[in-house]
Amino acid sequence: MDLVALLTIQVLYAIASLALISVGLAIIFGMMRVINLAHGEFLMLGGYAAIVATNHGTSIWIAMLVVAPIVVGLIGVIVERTIIRFLYGRMIDTMLATWGLSLFLVGLTTAIFGNTTVGISAPLGSFQIGAYRTSVYTLFVIAVAVVVLAAIFALMRWTRLGLIARGTMQNANMAAALGVNPSRVYAITFGVGAALSGLAGAVLAPVSGVFPTIGVAYVAKSFITVIGGGAAILSGTVSASALFGTINQIATFVTTPVFGEVTLLAAAIVLIRLLPQGITGRFFRRGL
Amino acid sequence: MTVNRRTFLQGTAVTAAAGMLSSTAFADDPINVASIHDLSGGLDIYGKPMVDAMTLAIEEANAAGGLLGRPLKLINYDTQSNMQLYTQFAQQAALKDKVAVVHGGITSASREVIRPVLDKFKTLYFYNTQYEGGVCDRNQFDTGVTPAQTVEKLVPYAMKKWGKKVYVIAADYNYGQITSQWVKKYVIENGGEVPAIDFFPLDVTNFGPTISKIQAAKPDFVWSALVGGAHISFYRQWAAAGMRKSIPMASTTFAVGNEHIVLSPDECNGMLICYNYFQDLKNPVNEKFVASFLKRFGADYPNITELAMGTYQGFQLWAEAVKKAGSTDRLKVIEALETGISIEAPSGKVTIDPPTHHCVLDVHIAEVADKKLKVLEDFAQQKPADTAAVCDLIKNPTDNQQYVIKI
Repeated sequence: MDLVALLTIQVLYAIASLALISVGLAIIFGMMRVINLAHGEFLMLGGYAAIVATNHGTSIWIAMLVVAPIVVGLIGVIVERTIIRFLYGRMIDTMLATWGLSLFLVGLTTAIFGNTTVGISAPLGSFQIGAYRTSVYTLFVIAVAVVVLAAIFALMRWTRLGLIARGTMQNANMAAALGVNPSRVYAITFGVGAALSGLAGAVLAPVSGVFPTIGVAYVAKSFITVIGGGAAILSGTVSASALFGTINQIATFVTTPVFGEVTLLAAAIVLIRLLPQGITGRFFRRGL
Repeated sequence: MTVNRRTFLQGTAVTAAAGMLSSTAFADDPINVASIHDLSGGLDIYGKPMVDAMTLAIEEANAAGGLLGRPLKLINYDTQSNMQLYTQFAQQAALKDKVAVVHGGITSASREVIRPVLDKFKTLYFYNTQYEGGVCDRNQFDTGVTPAQTVEKLVPYAMKKWGKKVYVIAADYNYGQITSQWVKKYVIENGGEVPAIDFFPLDVTNFGPTISKIQAAKPDFVWSALVGGAHISFYRQWAAAGMRKSIPMASTTFAVGNEHIVLSPDECNGMLICYNYFQDLKNPVNEKFVASFLKRFGADYPNITELAMGTYQGFQLWAEAVKKAGSTDRLKVIEALETGISIEAPSGKVTIDPPTHHCVLDVHIAEVADKKLKVLEDFAQQKPADTAAVCDLIKNPTDNQQYVIKI
């Protein structure tokens, strides 16, 4: 029984971390059709921002939840203004440009921080479930994911900004004719996507540590989740994370971590074969 | 391009002629020494200290007048934690830069990439990393410790201290696969049991399910053969789950990449390790070495690692053999090394074991204590018994393979 409870927490954690690392990408890809290959590096920068701020005496909570998203969000806006905005509608070119950006960011952080793993200890300690122990931080990550997804839902569903953003993504010319400045909406959306990636990178930093090439460990999973989720940003991310997170974690527990990863990838291939438009191409079509 | 017999002969004739030209070296020509290590990418935590040690060794040798009256030139190749670059740079070192010896390779995977290349192009190779043992190749010398020298000592020590049930976690490539089998062998020989061995690809960062699994298995201690930057997160997650205080840990890899400095004392204190070299070893050679190392690379240098010392000692053994042979010729140097060359190194006496091309050396068990490594027990002059059981290059000089333990 204790083990079941512990496993449930592990599965929820896997879902939450997948959702967190994917949601920024989902916004940038889903709303703007920009394939951001530097997504992993945004996560990495979030981790560094949090660690540097913490080491300079900021409270770890402010460093993770405030500093990291702001820093990476600003970087996102700069990247959008200087690179991405010239490449809208040219998918292959954006891929090339963001891949270059990814290499540049890896090189830059290596030059600044060196190529060693840095990290901060996870706060909050541990708690007991029967005969087992696990960290309270696991629950914190789950909570952050829930809050982030709820906030995105609220923003998109009930605010004017969300309405304008959705409108612009559906038909930029029509939105412009109605007095919206699409260029500004794009910049803000890209910035928000980047900020969420920064937040995810920061929240996961105490768990996994940070080094310049850690983005590689994240980027494939994020893309699989976003593609598996399909067109709807929120319901897509949530449903794909739930599916892949559960499969991965249970397979890992029953067999080995290697097989867990294999199962996740196999599930993704089967899913894309059966539902080429992703989960939300067939289910939850009216979701956000 | 198609290669017919004529173009092939032309090509080989030119290569042969070039080879003859370069072998008539002038007295002042530098002797090229190759260092092939990962200076960037996920494995640079290991590579950087190795290259630093190599740099110091070469500078010291040059300050003392070089070798055979010729200066030494260190050529560094950064393999960027990328296996393809190992092949490329090994070829470049052998064919273009015509080095007298290659020191390098960090993971066992990278060693197995360059070993055949250097065999093929007849370039002497020193692999200076502690590894899983069993390589039997007359062209290669291994100056790192192997399981019979370390695991064999640490297993009974840890079992006596903590108990008989050992859960093994290891990196998923040849090093982890083979080393975990050695751990299992020694645990069983000492009357213990291994409920499970789990392997992790080098980029895994989420260890949650494994930590649950370990708790479900209730071992007396955990043995870690995890490798690289990503795997450090295991120790963090282990401590965050509150496990460090209830289930202790021993390791064949911890602290080799200065993990004990990266992690907080609360995340790794009390872990047991066993290596050939620790910076705090008390002997005059080491005190002199540490002083000149810190003078060269700064007093705030975090820690001189096992692998750095392996590299330093590997170079000294080679240099000693070149002096003895009076030549940098590959076969003459191999024969000189096969006389059982010995040096007084910072880690103690290090002697080449002729039949295996491995080393007889001292090992020490140590404990992680507040970012330091506290030596607990010493074992003098350990032989590479694992490789010796299967490999005899004096009897079979043409043997060329890596023997793998079978349980």
